[in-house]
Amino acid sequence: MTPPVTPLLDVTDLTVHFTRRTGFFGSRRETVQAVSGVSLAIGRRETLGLVGESGCGKTTLARAVLRLVEKTSGTVRFDGQDLFALAPEELRRMRRRLQIVFQDPYASLNPRMTIGRAIREGLTIHKLAEGAAADRRVRELLEEVGLSADAADVYPHEFSGGQRQRAGIARALAVEPELLVCDEPVSALDVSVQAQVLNLLMDLQARRGLSYLFISHDLAVVRHVAPRVAVMYLGRIVEEGPAEELYARPRHPYTQALLSAVPVPDPLTKRPRIVLPGDPPSPVNPPQGCPFHPRCQHPAKDQTCVSVRPELVESAPGLRAACHKG
Amino acid sequence: MSEPLTPPAAVPVPAPVPAPSSAPLLELADLRVTFATEEGVARAVDGVALTVQAGETVGLVGESGCGKSVTALAVLRLIEHPGLIAHGSRVRFEGRDLLALAERDIRAVRGNHLALIVQEPASALNPVLTVGSQIAEVIRAHQQVTRGAARSRAVEMLKAVGIPDAEQRYGQYAHQLSGGMRQRVLIAIALACRPHLLIADEPTTALDVTIQAEILELLDGLQRQMGMAVLLITHNLGLVAERTRRVYVMYAGQIVESAPTEALFAAPAHPYTQGLMAAVPRPDAPRERLAAIPGQVPPATAWPAGCRFHPRCPFAWEKCRAELPPLLPAGEGREARCWLLADGPHGDATP
Repeated sequence: MTPPVTPLLDVTDLTVHFTRRTGFFGSRRETVQAVSGVSLAIGRRETLGLVGESGCGKTTLARAVLRLVEKTSGTVRFDGQDLFALAPEELRRMRRRLQIVFQDPYASLNPRMTIGRAIREGLTIHKLAEGAAADRRVRELLEEVGLSADAADVYPHEFSGGQRQRAGIARALAVEPELLVCDEPVSALDVSVQAQVLNLLMDLQARRGLSYLFISHDLAVVRHVAPRVAVMYLGRIVEEGPAEELYARPRHPYTQALLSAVPVPDPLTKRPRIVLPGDPPSPVNPPQGCPFHPRCQHPAKDQTCVSVRPELVESAPGLRAACHKG
Repeated sequence: MSEPLTPPAAVPVPAPVPAPSSAPLLELADLRVTFATEEGVARAVDGVALTVQAGETVGLVGESGCGKSVTALAVLRLIEHPGLIAHGSRVRFEGRDLLALAERDIRAVRGNHLALIVQEPASALNPVLTVGSQIAEVIRAHQQVTRGAARSRAVEMLKAVGIPDAEQRYGQYAHQLSGGMRQRVLIAIALACRPHLLIADEPTTALDVTIQAEILELLDGLQRQMGMAVLLITHNLGLVAERTRRVYVMYAGQIVESAPTEALFAAPAHPYTQGLMAAVPRPDAPRERLAAIPGQVPPATAWPAGCRFHPRCPFAWEKCRAELPPLLPAGEGREARCWLLADGPHGDATP
């Protein structure tokens, strides 16, 4: 797939580093290199899947896309406008167009507020509807996400996990966003309910023409929702391309290991498993050269991998991988 | 880092795996566990029967709230107030009725011949004791050995679970280890006395997928060396497919299906199992709509009458709403709790 001509979201060379104090009475400072030089683009009605394991920087990237954290360098353009250059009032208006759905819907639903009030809040803040019109809109939104209109009077704790996630989605949709950042939206749900929520997200996209940045550690889930997938490791995208190609013929040794580690629910499928030694290195002190080299099992790994950082280069139509040996 | 595993010294390997025709290593019959709650009595485990033979790996699969973890705790008699194991429940392990044992006798079984690994490596370790001493403690609790001997056995166990620099790691605390390392320490504790049965309750759910693969390979190797049986409790059908020989599927406090693993995945007999398999996204399948099971798992205080799956079942008819089906034969070595099997899919089984 060729990248869209004018992407809705265009992230260029984004870097987000945090400084934190550690040691006795915070006497030492260290820099967490959460996101380093990430570029990605999402077109209208498009879904980009972003996979990676804990600590790879995917959640920080999600927050930077919404300017919920400040960047260190690079740009995030939404519909052509640089989010980090916007004045507070402009940013507030822009936020209506980008919404986020969290893994834990409690993060976006106030436990002391009924579901109806939580959804209504967005309508009021952005002056989209008032009074009876707002009430009607809340009921419509609840029904759109597969809840009953009575759910407006319910508190979040009275809901099951799946219902709460539907409410979180309704709250995000209330302000008519164009891009939804979904950060592990189904990871806390049971398999049977997870499928319901994934189907809902796909229906909503078809109906509303939404764009998704869909973040998950679960490669199988991402495969189902995203035609294009990016793989993140230690703050960097190490491979990106059409899902079909990336899952069938992963180029980067990390993607290969990640895919080989996913258990397939079919006892007759026997695949060679690449077992990675050790834990991922700390983003405080990422390795020189290729960030993956200390765990890389590629037979051709050599001194170049240890000393030179590989750039993302196209290794198949539309597929980019950052590997010297790819 | 993870060296090929060498079994701790001074133990003969491999242990012989008895023929499956002998008495089962673990046998549960009519196991019932209830919890008194504000909403009423929760029948968390409601008449579970299952067997594990020596040396085999058996899966117990189900979604949250189905009772699989409570089953594990009940086997080790770790159910706490307000939970209660009902009279008439039977848990036989190596020929002994665990529910009839005195408290000190059950303690001699736990962590010795029968061990448990739980999901949360962070909370299962004592934060103020070194990880090594926690392994040595288990060894000394069950075996007449000197402190020095227990210590060197503990170091050997740390090596066996693939922890580098085992001597130094012995003196470290849980917070100094990564999640994967902590889970290895828990495995070392569980296996320190070379159990005959390991109950692994979501042993890798909190871990990243690459670490999960590493830990499971490790467990596999140790299992082969020790000839130990494993009851793998998980919600992950992929793990069941990959790691087990036989499977029990649990729903709403009951076993709803049991089968050899390959047969189960080839043709699930119970509509719940069918629904579960259709709902799981696969990493190797094309992008398509998933077949979701409508509704959700009911609360344990209010299991539906009749077949507990009937409100979510696409095939349910009158009989399903009125009568709880027993486990019925569903092919060789298979059973399923579904009226379709009694009446045939074309008899009066039409909705």
